[in-house]
Amino acid sequence: MAEFTLKVNGTKYKVEAAADTPLLWILRDHLGLTGSKYGCGIGQCGACTVHINGESMRSCALPVSAVGKAGVITIEGLSKTGEHPVQQAWHEVDVPQCGYCQAGQIMSAAALLKKNPTPSDADINSAMSGNICRCGTYNRIREAIHVAAKKVKS
Amino acid sequence: MSTPSIQFDRRSFLKVTATTGGGMMLGLSWAASAAEISEAPFMEAMTFNAFVKISPEGVITIMSPNPECGQNIKTAMPMLVAEELDCDWSKVVVEQAGLDSNKYTRQVAGGSGSTPASWKPLRTAGATARQMLISAAAKRWNVSASECSTSNGVVLHTASGKKATYGELATEAAKMEVPKDVVLKAVKDFKIIGQSHKAVDNKKIFTGKQEFGLDFKREGMLIGVVARPPAFGMKIKSVNDSRTKAMPGIKQVVRFGNKVAVLGSSTWEVLKGRERLAIEWEVDTKLESSADHDAKMAELLTKPLEKPQRKDGDALAQFEGAHKVIESKFEAPFLPHAPMEPMNFFADVREDKAELIGPTQNPGSARRAAAQALGIAEDKVSVMMTRMGGGFGRRLNADFAAEAAEVSKLAKAPVKLMWTREDDMTGGIYRPACHYLYRAALDAQGNVKAIHVRGAGLNVGNPLRENNFPAGAIEHYLAEGHNQPSNITTGPWRAPVHNFLAFAEQSFLDEIAEATGKDPVQLRLDWLAQAEKSPVGSVPYKIDRFRNTIELAAKKANWGKAPAGVFQGFSAYFSFNTYVAQVVEVTLEAGQPKIKRMVCAVDCGVVINPEHAINQIEGGLVDGLGHAMFSNMTFKDGVPDQTNYDTYRVIKMGDTPPVEVYFVENELDPTGLGEPALPPLSAAVGNAIFKATGIRLRKQPFSLNGLRNV
Repeated sequence: MAEFTLKVNGTKYKVEAAADTPLLWILRDHLGLTGSKYGCGIGQCGACTVHINGESMRSCALPVSAVGKAGVITIEGLSKTGEHPVQQAWHEVDVPQCGYCQAGQIMSAAALLKKNPTPSDADINSAMSGNICRCGTYNRIREAIHVAAKKVKS
Repeated sequence: MSTPSIQFDRRSFLKVTATTGGGMMLGLSWAASAAEISEAPFMEAMTFNAFVKISPEGVITIMSPNPECGQNIKTAMPMLVAEELDCDWSKVVVEQAGLDSNKYTRQVAGGSGSTPASWKPLRTAGATARQMLISAAAKRWNVSASECSTSNGVVLHTASGKKATYGELATEAAKMEVPKDVVLKAVKDFKIIGQSHKAVDNKKIFTGKQEFGLDFKREGMLIGVVARPPAFGMKIKSVNDSRTKAMPGIKQVVRFGNKVAVLGSSTWEVLKGRERLAIEWEVDTKLESSADHDAKMAELLTKPLEKPQRKDGDALAQFEGAHKVIESKFEAPFLPHAPMEPMNFFADVREDKAELIGPTQNPGSARRAAAQALGIAEDKVSVMMTRMGGGFGRRLNADFAAEAAEVSKLAKAPVKLMWTREDDMTGGIYRPACHYLYRAALDAQGNVKAIHVRGAGLNVGNPLRENNFPAGAIEHYLAEGHNQPSNITTGPWRAPVHNFLAFAEQSFLDEIAEATGKDPVQLRLDWLAQAEKSPVGSVPYKIDRFRNTIELAAKKANWGKAPAGVFQGFSAYFSFNTYVAQVVEVTLEAGQPKIKRMVCAVDCGVVINPEHAINQIEGGLVDGLGHAMFSNMTFKDGVPDQTNYDTYRVIKMGDTPPVEVYFVENELDPTGLGEPALPPLSAAVGNAIFKATGIRLRKQPFSLNGLRNV
């Protein structure tokens, strides 16, 4: 057990945990931030996606000891009001079915748009290839990313 | 206006007044036996109760009794109530109800049955409440109720210009006599039904605030994971848990049956604790491998069945004297459901009661299984449903809920049991593996005289849906289905049996069309005409609805007129009382088929919430495509070869072509949509690939056929 200081959604937290504990379980079990989901534990499904220093990362495969001083943003902290362009677009397109993967999809989409504000279908397919939606809402996710891109632009 | 077939009487109408806000709560209940979930299309009328609360402030709360697994029923059910209540949808608050068999029936997300079962009862609930609000207004104004009308949450008396909101009337309305014979709206008068309304939980989902089963937390609860046999057929011989118990954060280790639960205060600690268990396993049965399964099913396909599931005429005699016989075999693997949220459940078992909370498609069966595991009466067990991260049939089973209850009892503590992805994928309850043999006997003119289907599946029950089209159109029809017991556990998987049978059947119809030089769409239309003119045996499908659906798909996809280089495949299927027809378009890129477009026509009667209906159908096609293309579950000596998403391939965004959805417009009672769009898709894909490449795909997943790039 060791003590770690984490900066999550702008707030500093002190947590005591084994050094190899994945960030996902720190978020969910220790900090009560359950918006990031467990889906596979091996970085294959993207349900646990968070932003670390602005980059999209799989929190299920990242030991807490590797986070260091980096700022972590989870779905709860993506925007103060839940009105991030990606969140708005997701509502406009009415994307979800079960909704379990969507936090991870939204985080991946937001990271993509930050780097590439006008992605093509191919750009989107590539950036989102690590996010599984078992309900098969992929066409809506792609459409919502285009809608969000227009919002970011305007 | 139509009068519902179900009417209320005073005795059966349960009123609960004085809710916390001082408003009214209308409860509806009428005697009808609660049918349990089955794979069969839903037929029985269901009893519902307690849907509507109206506060004096005008907040209208509508309870949604069925589990939400992504079919968006939590939006659709309240829309039915709100339509007949004639209220402002934007003012409606939706609440998930827990399991309550006194108030609700068929609290099940399965069998594509939630919508059809609630169509009349939920609208009647809304209409009854509306009528009581009118009565209260009429009394207050001293006018006749028949002179009053409603609009958007307001009762109006046009002659005097008086009006009152539902909130203003709620307290008085609750005291009004419960009307009998309420009249339901005609379809043309619908204002909410038929319009797209966004999912009621969207905002919570997009901000990470939506609670799923795994997110549930209660002060003092333990988190648990379970070590289960690594192979189907293995049992525990001995357990040494000393290394586990010595680890930090581990509170208890409990053995139950052939399993060991490790309980502690955090997920990571219990996962690491489980790794330290030293369990010796033993075997007293034959451990099965996929090769054994395939050999057994192949053998069964050579054997007749003493009592066929369906026998019209004398098919075997027709094969004896046939001018030509065409014959094909089709194979499908076991499949896990692999919902994004793995199995989990919370249980707090006390001396004389148990509280269960979690993601289940069938809370009634969770309650039953828990009560049985605990040895207490069912009425001592409560079940609350959380939103589910997918179901696909896996959560119709109750094993994971009963397990949580058992562990909580042994640990004497509230416990949330979670399955890892590996537990979920290797822990059993799969879509059964099946093989099918299809044969057709042709005469010299190329007419189909007889069709023979023989199926064999592992723990499948009946591998057939023997009354499927073209049964009814063929004079000599024989359907035989074998079941082979296996150690591999199986259960319903989205559109049970249909999900692969449709592939075999609709691919074989394409083979018949090819062999007889007929257009695949025309072949089906001709047979429908034949079944209409001189039906053979039972014909469960409606000819005109099937025909309309097929024609709509053909028209929207420009069937038969594809540009050069575009190859089309067709498929049409009737399941869960819904008619579906699909056209898939394929092109060739560097010799590999590439799916470019999937078109789907559906007759599901009245469409409640169009955008969600489209979403559900899109998902059905994408799900059908992914499993046909990539997904495979195999076994070696009882051990699953695939354990997580790295080895078990599911469809991803880049694999997903555009989907177009069209509805046959009519005013018929709605049927379900959760399942029917999935079964026919893989045949439409296979038939298009045949057109493009000349390769006939008969084994799933298609990736086994060397087609990677589809």
